[in-house]
Amino acid sequence: MPLILLSALNRIALAAVTLFGVAVVVFVLLRVVPGDPIAMMISPGSTPEQIAQMRANYGLDGSILSQFWIWLKAILLGDFGTSISLRRNVLELLAERLPATLELAVAALVFAVLLGGAIAIIGTLVRRTFLEPVLDTVNGTILAVPDFVWALALISVFGVFFPVFPLSGRVDPSVQNDFFTYFYLIESLLTLRLSAIVDISSHMIMPVLALGLPLAAIIARVLKEALLEAMVQDYILLAKLKGKSNLRLIMQEALRNAIGPTVALTGVQFTFLIGGTVIVERIFAYPGIGNMAIDAVINRDLPLIQGLVLVFGALFILINLGVDLLVAAFNPRLRHA
Amino acid sequence: MRKSLKAALSEPKVVLAGGFILLLLIAAVFAPWLAPKDPLEQDLMLGTLPPTGYEGTEPGYWLGTDDLGRDVLSRLIHGSRTALIVAFVAAGLAALLGTMLGLLAGWYRGWVDVVISRLVDIWMAFPPVLLSILLVAVLGSGVHSVIAAIVIIDWTRFCRVVRSETMAQAQMDYVTAAQTIGFPKARILFSEILPNVAPVIVALLSLEMGIAVIVEAILSFVGLSVSSDTPTWGGMIAQGRAIIYQGWWVLVAPLVLLFLTVLAFNQLGDGLRRALDPMMRR
Amino acid sequence: MTEPFLSITGLSAVSDRENGAPILRDVSLRLERGEVRGLVGESGAGKSTIAKALLGILPRTVRVTGGAIRFEGQDLLTLKPKQLSDIMGSEISLIPQDPQTALNPGRRVESQLTDGLRMRRGLSRQAAHDKALKLLEEVHIRDPERVLKAYPHELSGGMRQRVLIAAAFALEPKLVVADEPTTALDVTVQKQILRLIRGMQKTHGTGMIFVTHDLGVVAQICDTVTLLYAGKVIEAGPTAQVLATPKHAYTKALLAAGPRYDRPTAGLEPVPQAIFDQLRAEMGIM
Ligand SMILES: Nc1ncnc2c1ncn2[C@@H]1O[C@H](COP(=O)(O)OP(=O)(O)O)[C@@H](O)[C@H]1O
Ligand SMILES: [Mg+2]
Repeated sequence: MPLILLSALNRIALAAVTLFGVAVVVFVLLRVVPGDPIAMMISPGSTPEQIAQMRANYGLDGSILSQFWIWLKAILLGDFGTSISLRRNVLELLAERLPATLELAVAALVFAVLLGGAIAIIGTLVRRTFLEPVLDTVNGTILAVPDFVWALALISVFGVFFPVFPLSGRVDPSVQNDFFTYFYLIESLLTLRLSAIVDISSHMIMPVLALGLPLAAIIARVLKEALLEAMVQDYILLAKLKGKSNLRLIMQEALRNAIGPTVALTGVQFTFLIGGTVIVERIFAYPGIGNMAIDAVINRDLPLIQGLVLVFGALFILINLGVDLLVAAFNPRLRHA
Repeated sequence: MRKSLKAALSEPKVVLAGGFILLLLIAAVFAPWLAPKDPLEQDLMLGTLPPTGYEGTEPGYWLGTDDLGRDVLSRLIHGSRTALIVAFVAAGLAALLGTMLGLLAGWYRGWVDVVISRLVDIWMAFPPVLLSILLVAVLGSGVHSVIAAIVIIDWTRFCRVVRSETMAQAQMDYVTAAQTIGFPKARILFSEILPNVAPVIVALLSLEMGIAVIVEAILSFVGLSVSSDTPTWGGMIAQGRAIIYQGWWVLVAPLVLLFLTVLAFNQLGDGLRRALDPMMRR
Repeated sequence: MTEPFLSITGLSAVSDRENGAPILRDVSLRLERGEVRGLVGESGAGKSTIAKALLGILPRTVRVTGGAIRFEGQDLLTLKPKQLSDIMGSEISLIPQDPQTALNPGRRVESQLTDGLRMRRGLSRQAAHDKALKLLEEVHIRDPERVLKAYPHELSGGMRQRVLIAAAFALEPKLVVADEPTTALDVTVQKQILRLIRGMQKTHGTGMIFVTHDLGVVAQICDTVTLLYAGKVIEAGPTAQVLATPKHAYTKALLAAGPRYDRPTAGLEPVPQAIFDQLRAEMGIM
């Protein structure tokens, strides 16, 4: 038991170090390379005197190291500066937009796990029948299409030929205005506001599909492989002798041994999915941090870019940490080492 | 070499996908002569004409026009230039960089390998999306930035595979033989090992080209690739997305072509990997 | 003549993997209630195929071309899947060869030991738990409560095999098929496990088909023995008789080869090539 605690602490420490590494890279790329770092802190329209005052305040006449220290302290205190293009506090902007992206990404993940799991289990059930290659081909095709193309294909189909879902945004203005948090979906689920739930979900369906389908196909492929491998083990044979049906063999015997490797892979792929939100949010004009990141880059809004990159970085690191701990939890060997 | 070519050409995937890419290449090279119209010429009188076979078409505009009256087919043909330039240059440079470092790490081992492998590990720990946001932010937009970003992000794919492949080859008898004869190390690397690693690189290169085409399309979709007066597939898609209710073909035509191109590069890579795999080859 | 407890008559099988190469050729044997029959032969002789046929788990690449397996008056080969699965695991059970892979690494011992009892015998969780404890005590496991809570990787190979033996006897089957149950174990543990299996078999009065390639083991625990070569019965009879007065030259050579004839270098005297040649000539195979 202490061993796993130790390894958990170890992982957490490693995550902190990685986050620090990301901060260094961001500092170097965004502060040292473009030249004038003060541009990132001033509110637009400051006078030259104010700028000079700020320069002194932030110790920008000091060495790079002392500058980094000052910068890091500001970041740690949540002082990300002011967005140049949006003229608003970066932290506030992030706090507004991040929940939208989180809801989208988690919904896509849940969808992908359910669909991928179902495909894998069905694929294992129908193994060695004519249905297996059919299912594999469908799965391979889903996998071959990147999220960008999925999103646009969905827009073409459900925007033009069967116009059933809204093509852009997160929630219709008619239902908006009275949320307490920025987690619209979660909030309306908790408060059981049916019309809001329906409206928000209908906005999310296409982006969720675009992000989730490729991930579902990857999960299906890896999980099925792991299941097939488990299904030829002797313990399955013994369980079969006990009279367990094929479905039970999969669910009760094979799945728990196949799930560990799949979780590890899903974690890595989930970070890619979050990367995918950038373009998918853009395509559906969904107001998350990904969409905002593109505007920030187009406008070369360095304070905002800095905040976004740090948030994305922290998100990725947290996911990796969570996955490591989950994998350990699914592996009895690690649990009882 | 000739044997490899023969093996590759006997794989239907390679022939089909390769043929498609060859056609695209011809279209790109001879775009000014092949395109039926000037891709930039606007004619608001001929705005959002549907493709041939639908009602209200104008002869000569096979795939219809966009809202500014520009010929979709001609823009597709011209757009293939940017797509293929990025595909070949970016993927080629990523392959070159990754292969060099991979060969060095796999052949010389020791501290060279330690340094390069660590670098790859650190690099891969950085999610591609973050890296591309940072890179485009620092480098600015334009086709050069797109290429640079792809190379900087994706060289690691080649490096990792080439390194392990080189290590595997270094165990082979023919390498030991060359060493006992006393050939210099560098010569063994380039004249003995590289040719045997080449098939893997070629297959990977094809896959990377598919990735590059998508990345270029994404960046031109959001307006961070070439300037907006150069026709690109991504730019056309963005325009089509904006006028989807008026002219769906402006979105669907480049999307289908983009998909087919990526599919072709994927299938070509897959077929090449199969055909050239030394384990499967007789 | 009364119907025997178990009889295999004229069983033949071919491999669809190797273009219909014969695996079993007209194999017949019988077993009385409470009898232990050894099934002996070198690797590839078809021992496991017979065991699998008894359990109804032949791989789909093995095709039965003739014969019958009668168990308490029913032909196992023609039973409907439903009836077959009612018998398997309940009336006939298996002690597998490799305790490493025969326990699910992801489930605790308790659930693996009890789910047969609960599904087949309808025992409550508590009753199944108590029964599992008794079973573990019966196979001489010292700390049964702890073992029930353990995952397989926390147990030694010998412990795991004890758990599997307990599981095989859990439902009071009438026939236990043991397929080389000690080959994967340390030599030091092998003897204990053999004695345990014999003890369990005696107290429960179970019939047993015991697959091995070790004539020493046969001498220890089998009442009768059937010798196979290339899927054909070479010699059969009461163990004492076969070992004392072997009829076939192959059996004689095996006895001369010592306890582990399957490992020529470890044995005293390898089986002469001439005997193999003679065997093959008799069976008409090259
Ligand atoms: N799954 C299978 N499909 C087809 N043939 C098989 C299969 N498994 C084993 N065989 C063949 O059956 C023969 C007997 O194998 P087996 O019964 O396992 O022998 P033993 O247990 O005596 O070592 C071998 O020649 C082997 O090639
Ligand atoms: Mg066997």
